Amino acid sequence: MKIRMQFAKYGRMLYIGHLDVMRYFQKALRRAEVPMVFTKGFSPHPILSFAAPLGVGIESGAEYADLEVYESGSSAEMIEKLNRAMVPGMEIIDWRQIPDDAPNAMSSVAAADYCLTFRAGKGPENMDEYLDGLERFLQNESILIEKKTKKGSRELDIRPLIYEYKLQKGDEPAVFLQVCTGSVDNLKPELVLAAYHDAAGLTYPENDLFISRLETYTNVSSEEGKRNLVPLREIGAVIQ
Amino acid sequence: MITTKLKKAPVRTALPEEILLQIEKPARYLGNEVNAVNKDRSKVSVSFCMCFPDVYEIGMSHLGIQILYDMFNRREDTYCDRVYSPWTDLDKIMREKDIPLFAVESQDPVRSFDFLGITLQYEMCYTNVLQIIDLSKIPLRAKDRTLEDPFVIGGGPCTYNPEPIAPFFDLFYMGEGETQYDALLEAYKTWKQSGGSRKEFLEMAAEIPGIYVPQFYDVEYKEDGTLKSFTPNNVHAKPTITKEVVMDMTSAVYPEKPLVPHIRAVQDRVVLEIQRGCIRGCRFCQAGMIYRPVRERDVERLKELAVTMLANTGHEEISLSSLSSSDYSCLPELVNFLIEECRKKNINISLPSLRIDAFSLDVMSKVQDVKKSSLTFAPEAGTQRLRDVINKGLTEEVILQGAGEAFDAGWNHVKLYFMLGLPTETDEDRRGIPLLAEKIAERYYQIPKDKRNGKCQIVISTSFFIPKPFTPLQWATMHTPSEYLGMARVVNHTMREQLNQKSLKYNWHEADVTVLEGVFARGDRKVADVIEAAYRKGVLFDAWTENFDYKVWVDTFEECGVSMDFYTTRPRDLDELFPWDFIDTGVTKEFFKREWLKAQKEETTRNCRQGCSGCGAMKFGGGVCFENTNAVC
Repeated sequence: MKIRMQFAKYGRMLYIGHLDVMRYFQKALRRAEVPMVFTKGFSPHPILSFAAPLGVGIESGAEYADLEVYESGSSAEMIEKLNRAMVPGMEIIDWRQIPDDAPNAMSSVAAADYCLTFRAGKGPENMDEYLDGLERFLQNESILIEKKTKKGSRELDIRPLIYEYKLQKGDEPAVFLQVCTGSVDNLKPELVLAAYHDAAGLTYPENDLFISRLETYTNVSSEEGKRNLVPLREIGAVIQ
Repeated sequence: MITTKLKKAPVRTALPEEILLQIEKPARYLGNEVNAVNKDRSKVSVSFCMCFPDVYEIGMSHLGIQILYDMFNRREDTYCDRVYSPWTDLDKIMREKDIPLFAVESQDPVRSFDFLGITLQYEMCYTNVLQIIDLSKIPLRAKDRTLEDPFVIGGGPCTYNPEPIAPFFDLFYMGEGETQYDALLEAYKTWKQSGGSRKEFLEMAAEIPGIYVPQFYDVEYKEDGTLKSFTPNNVHAKPTITKEVVMDMTSAVYPEKPLVPHIRAVQDRVVLEIQRGCIRGCRFCQAGMIYRPVRERDVERLKELAVTMLANTGHEEISLSSLSSSDYSCLPELVNFLIEECRKKNINISLPSLRIDAFSLDVMSKVQDVKKSSLTFAPEAGTQRLRDVINKGLTEEVILQGAGEAFDAGWNHVKLYFMLGLPTETDEDRRGIPLLAEKIAERYYQIPKDKRNGKCQIVISTSFFIPKPFTPLQWATMHTPSEYLGMARVVNHTMREQLNQKSLKYNWHEADVTVLEGVFARGDRKVADVIEAAYRKGVLFDAWTENFDYKVWVDTFEECGVSMDFYTTRPRDLDELFPWDFIDTGVTKEFFKREWLKAQKEETTRNCRQGCSGCGAMKFGGGVCFENTNAVC
């Protein structure tokens, strides 16, 4: 049966790269004695695929991975069992069965929500002014950036890849962005702020930002060009 | 609808986030591995920071630290944390920003620990030892330390000649850590309560078997620079330090929940230590001498450990560790159990250091892909004459037979390991290396074309022989870098004349680093000044080819007025007092002398199972020396 699990990555685990997260889960699933289906051959490995790679330093509450198992306990049991095999900073949030014919997590990713904040002591002095400027910037119909390619660079309009945004002022200022994510088109959220900084003549080092991925979506709309985004876990059903 | 709920987890790290994001592999410095232990330091009496003075991925692969880490943390009154060498990128930042070195799990400064234990696995880590002490803001020399500093203790194979780094250590632990650390930690607790001086603790420690306190010994030299005397200057210090040995391997502690790093370490698997020591008696091999006598771990215990450790780590591979696995008496039983167990669980088995014979080929064909894996032989020398000199009991006939059987079974990759610069070696011995490789290739091409698996590839690797303390060849002379390269040229040249040269490949080790390792291996306390001076110039990570700079070392030796040749090319008298002679490994100097003289007469010595040669290790009262009176399976 096919399983989709959701996990969070935070704390010291922020600094573990995508490939190492995959290795981590292979071992963690073994520690939790999950009856995984393996490939054949001299170095068998579990049939495990991750949704959207997360950059080093980015926090997430909505990472997804699919795997095949021979059998499974209830979702609640499996979440508990797996969490006993985790280290601090890796947390299993959900475990659901998905239909056998469901497209895998990686190919079905369509969008993700992010929260961007400046680290303590970094960023603009006048945050409200900064956010007002960003708001005006995001109202543009097109936002052109230089995208480096193998053969030099080309111009790319990232505005259509920004699906939604919300700017939070006050005591806890933050920028919330919903952007296109996936293997076809993919927009890193920090590029949106970088484009704003370029346009406004601001200079903030990339590492001054703290980024958190809040949700990862798939598009369930059957109509070409239309979006009906649902979190990846919703494709699956809770095992009772 | 866009999500806007945010859960931000605060993390306490010694390095600020912006530094963590700017360095290579930040996970090297953040601990939090699977099975890592964190304790409230205010609730323990002793804190011990264990160090492997090289980069994290190497240090995490070391079994000895896993054993001690587990053993210390089993004690309720002790907390053991770890530290590794900051890579050159972070080293630079820490110096610029004046950030003190910290332990990975607690993120506390190393200097706040009671002990800093440094494992000394190879000589080329010596500048890294100074980096660890220095970045921790601990004075480099033991004599300059105060009650604010940890006690710096060394262990591991290089302690069998600790003298080149002796001034940097408060203590050394000679031998296997499982036996006396409890006594040392208890002594520390007593001392801490007494409120005594640093010296008083060192005096207490000096009374414990296996503990060596360098500052309690005076060294006198003769006019020719050799050692005149080595004597205790403190009544608590023993004239001879006898190494510690675990006699019962089966009941000895073993880490059932070893650490599993998040970034890929060199050793990314469960390691099962099946035995300690080696029966073979190769005359160049230090490990084969200092770990005597051979002690096996019970096969039932090993089976139990394999299952437990795989369950606790989630590793997808298991490997056997020992100096010569084929000599383990219950190997077939263990291997068959593992094959069965691992097949069920989809786990790979890696089997290093197996002698190639019908049994091992059968086992290997079950656990690895014959087409992708290679066979390894270590004849060490190119002719039978020279193999007799070094007492390497591997004959050409055995190699050709093993390779032949392997070729018939489908293998076509062979690796051959040799040493150059061995005592009595001539060009004929060097030419023997490619000649042996050629014979192996010829054996491969005897297989009818339609039955063989394409071409064969035979890779010859040579390293240069370094005489090590506590070996029969400890009296041998070394050579200059250009002489070493000349030896490699003879091998290379002869290889090119062979009929099957297209199937042969030759790699040789660097000559420069060999010479320096030779100086450290048989050095004395005078070398310590040079190591410190080189470190002050920024020398680090000498074990890494890209960082090794021979010229800086040559210059530094010259500036310090210390001759490298004295330690390398100088012939040593049979009765010379060596800097390491105060250590008793069980194997006597008389035995080494006998073996050294036999080597020159090209006479071999039987292995421990064929009969006892009276090396002296029997005094430990167990292991292979008493095998016939003990039950084995």
